[in-house]
Amino acid sequence: MGSPLVTYLLRLGDDNLILSQRLGELVSWMPELEEDIAVANLALDHLGQARNLFTYAGEVEGLGRDEDDLAMLRHEREYSNAVMCEQPNGDFGQTMARQLLVDAFQVPLYEALTGSSDETLAGIAAKAAKEARYHLRHSSTWVVRLGDGTAESHRRMQAGIEAMWPYIDDLFWVDGVDDEIREAGIAPDMTVVRDTFERTVARVLAEATLEPPTDPYQRTGGRTGFHTEHLGHILPEMQNLHRAHPGVSW
Amino acid sequence: MGRVRAAVAAVPDPEVPVLSIDDLGVLRSVEEVDGRILVTITPTYSGCPAMQFIEDRIIEAVVDAGFEGEVRTVFSPAWTTDWMSDDGRRKLRDYGIAPPNPVGSADETVLTIRAVVRCPRCDSADTKPVSEFGSTACKALYQCNDCHEPFDYFKEL
Repeated sequence: MGSPLVTYLLRLGDDNLILSQRLGELVSWMPELEEDIAVANLALDHLGQARNLFTYAGEVEGLGRDEDDLAMLRHEREYSNAVMCEQPNGDFGQTMARQLLVDAFQVPLYEALTGSSDETLAGIAAKAAKEARYHLRHSSTWVVRLGDGTAESHRRMQAGIEAMWPYIDDLFWVDGVDDEIREAGIAPDMTVVRDTFERTVARVLAEATLEPPTDPYQRTGGRTGFHTEHLGHILPEMQNLHRAHPGVSW
Repeated sequence: MGRVRAAVAAVPDPEVPVLSIDDLGVLRSVEEVDGRILVTITPTYSGCPAMQFIEDRIIEAVVDAGFEGEVRTVFSPAWTTDWMSDDGRRKLRDYGIAPPNPVGSADETVLTIRAVVRCPRCDSADTKPVSEFGSTACKALYQCNDCHEPFDYFKEL
């Protein structure tokens, strides 16, 4: 299977690449040292997952593109990350809200992908699932501590959840590519993944004394390259060095 | 062949040099294929930056032993700390890093509680996690409530 698998791998890879870039922005800015170390570790895990997915995508595509070509030489309309991943870090509450939602999405997704009929993807997912579980532990712990904290931390944590809520649907958005991949036994049914996601998020919000937002507005489009304004700012910063010095290596 | 295998197995983890890739369970096999040496390794964490270093050192070891070599990375079965040898665990403890608990020994809910981590210096069971993340992807930071020394914990995965 050529093109649909490549498209699917790039979607998952882009989620991790863009999220890694966002987390990298936080290094040296976090409110305490342990969290500074944490975001660096989270970013590194996501970057590694992106590298594995891009490398495999390049091999399947067979056009000679490697992980660096795919990460650094595409333009905005060609990135297929879910728009949640490109959202700003905001304050610590907003960052943890975004992380909770992405982690709660990635854990059941990667766990389901360990049963993929594609052996390489199953292997990549088996590693990523372990890391995602550790990430979810981190983000869910913070959401609970901040939500069930002081009046100020509760207010900011609630605001963070409200700010990230409109980007949930894009995580689970599917089209013909996903249908084809699912029918080939490569990827799971995303409605099942969403069930687990919703149960996890509901449990964490309840424990955190936070209210699930009720505004029905959702912004999708990331999987087909229709991003929010933020990706346009992330890409130049991420790609500049690679584009300014083509072919250079460490 | 035995010499090559031993040389490859002795390649150290650059972050924790008392451990070899054999101790870690990163080295999966060393085979001879058409006169060339094929070494198969599996990565620890997805983003572990030591893997490139390890690959380079493996090629070096193979070349030093007089062969041409190739390193292949496999993802499946997924690396787990349960593959760490007893010798490896002992070396970690002697080096001042608490070795990983068995996978599954933690209470695995959304808000997980890890099983006891013993202090590598005084062996006390009265220790506390200071930070879930440490200097490398594989470590967390703990402190002993008895001798008060901080120490790294090699996380179970």
